[in-house]
Amino acid sequence: MNAKVHPLAWIIAALVRGFSGVQVDWQGSAPECRQRIYFANHSSHLDFLVLWSALPPAVRAKTRPVAAKDYWGSGLRSYLAERVFRAVLVERRAGSKAASEDEARSARFRVIDQLSEALGESDSLIFFPEGTRGSGERVAEFKSGLYHLAKRRPEVELIPAYLENLNRILPKGEVLVVPFLSMLTFGSAIRVEDGESKPEFLSRAHSALCALRRKRDV
Amino acid sequence: MSSQDPQLLLLFGGVLILLVVASVIGAILKGTAKTSAARVVIDNLNARTKAWWKMSAIFAFTLLAGKKGALALFALLSFLALREYITLIPTRRADHRTLFWTFFIITPLQYGLIGIEWYGLFAILIPAFAFVFIPARIALAGDTEHFLERAAKIQFGLMICAYCLSHAPALLILKIPNYTGHNAVLLLYFVLVDQMSDVLQYVWGKLLGRHKIAPGVSPNKTWEGFVGGVATATLLGALLSWATPFTRWQAAAMSLTITLMGFLGGLVMSAIKRDAGVKDFGVFIEGHGGILDRIDSLCFAAPVFFHLTRYFFVR
Repeated sequence: MNAKVHPLAWIIAALVRGFSGVQVDWQGSAPECRQRIYFANHSSHLDFLVLWSALPPAVRAKTRPVAAKDYWGSGLRSYLAERVFRAVLVERRAGSKAASEDEARSARFRVIDQLSEALGESDSLIFFPEGTRGSGERVAEFKSGLYHLAKRRPEVELIPAYLENLNRILPKGEVLVVPFLSMLTFGSAIRVEDGESKPEFLSRAHSALCALRRKRDV
Repeated sequence: MSSQDPQLLLLFGGVLILLVVASVIGAILKGTAKTSAARVVIDNLNARTKAWWKMSAIFAFTLLAGKKGALALFALLSFLALREYITLIPTRRADHRTLFWTFFIITPLQYGLIGIEWYGLFAILIPAFAFVFIPARIALAGDTEHFLERAAKIQFGLMICAYCLSHAPALLILKIPNYTGHNAVLLLYFVLVDQMSDVLQYVWGKLLGRHKIAPGVSPNKTWEGFVGGVATATLLGALLSWATPFTRWQAAAMSLTITLMGFLGGLVMSAIKRDAGVKDFGVFIEGHGGILDRIDSLCFAAPVFFHLTRYFFVR
């Protein structure tokens, strides 16, 4: 387990922090070196960078983003993701091309195996349970990955993290950045309760995340 | 350049003495505070003083570095202020490229024009060219929802944060007879009178403030603070006339103008904040709020002070 942070990661994180002017607020949890899954809303490629850079240096060294292999898996992006930020690259829509329902199931569980392995004994993950970037106006329904991962690793804390305004800095489909002040709010840890069903848990996790939204509706 | 200007060093020396005095008073008050409400006010006062040390050091450093330093500093202030402003106003996805232009092309160009001393284009770039460019660029993006509102709000932000503020460092390119090489002193004088007016209005308001001027807009602005602050800052400006191309009475009239414009700037920016439902534009400067909360008075006073100086003293 290599916990050394790539020097480029520090530089990029400092630049992103400065540009996004992110205001970080911890509500109900504290920035600690505990094993966690930070689950956040997703509207920009900058999301994981801002979240990662908002963590204290000691925590950063043990926190890895989860990213989609189809986008981050090749060329310069792959260097950034895998070498610089030690991202865990996963197959999106795992099993969608599978021939049978059983095969699809086992493909999805291979992803959970992979994430559980990445957590290891002491690492944390940054996870986007919507599975893809949205417009930033609303948080889409969560895919089931968060539930399965939480069931597999019940000892790991699940911390909701709400990111605001990153979609205005670098929206989906845009290559140029525009400076806006962004906000990041961490909430208190949740877990899968005894007897809680998958849809119940996912909807509760979704509400826990959305409750952290600070901006009033315009 | 003007880095050896003794008047510049003298004015900064005065600022240094003020900062020491303010820090000592803050430390004494800290020991005397009895109620928790008083402690909050005094902690905020001390946070403000601490921030003033940093801001004064940065300003001194850049001003002593010459015209390029001052332009870089004010360009950065424009950028940060515009960022705070744009964050508060509702923009749409289709405004993205227009905003990219305002931040990365129009604003730097405005300061670049001061750098190459092209006054004619500096004076019209944003009021004429950006004014027609912004709605055109938004129209090209195709989204007509709240069209006029979006175009107007972006133009307003650009006017306040970039155009108005850029008139402060533009003082450096004015050719004032018998004042050659001292323009950095005039810029420092302007910023000093403007910011001291804010500080003195705050101090008089805290000491004597009873009657609110516009409670719906800014609950902290009182008649006592306004009159006391404007009068003492004007007196200060008049006493510092030796640093300017103005006579004693001219300096007093200029300072009165700076303080009144500064007051109006604070009032207008407060109205925008109330409308948006926030107390401050940001948290960039501890104790003060955002950059725009600190420089709102400069933004309104700069173009007026610049043009009065240019009209009456540049021949």
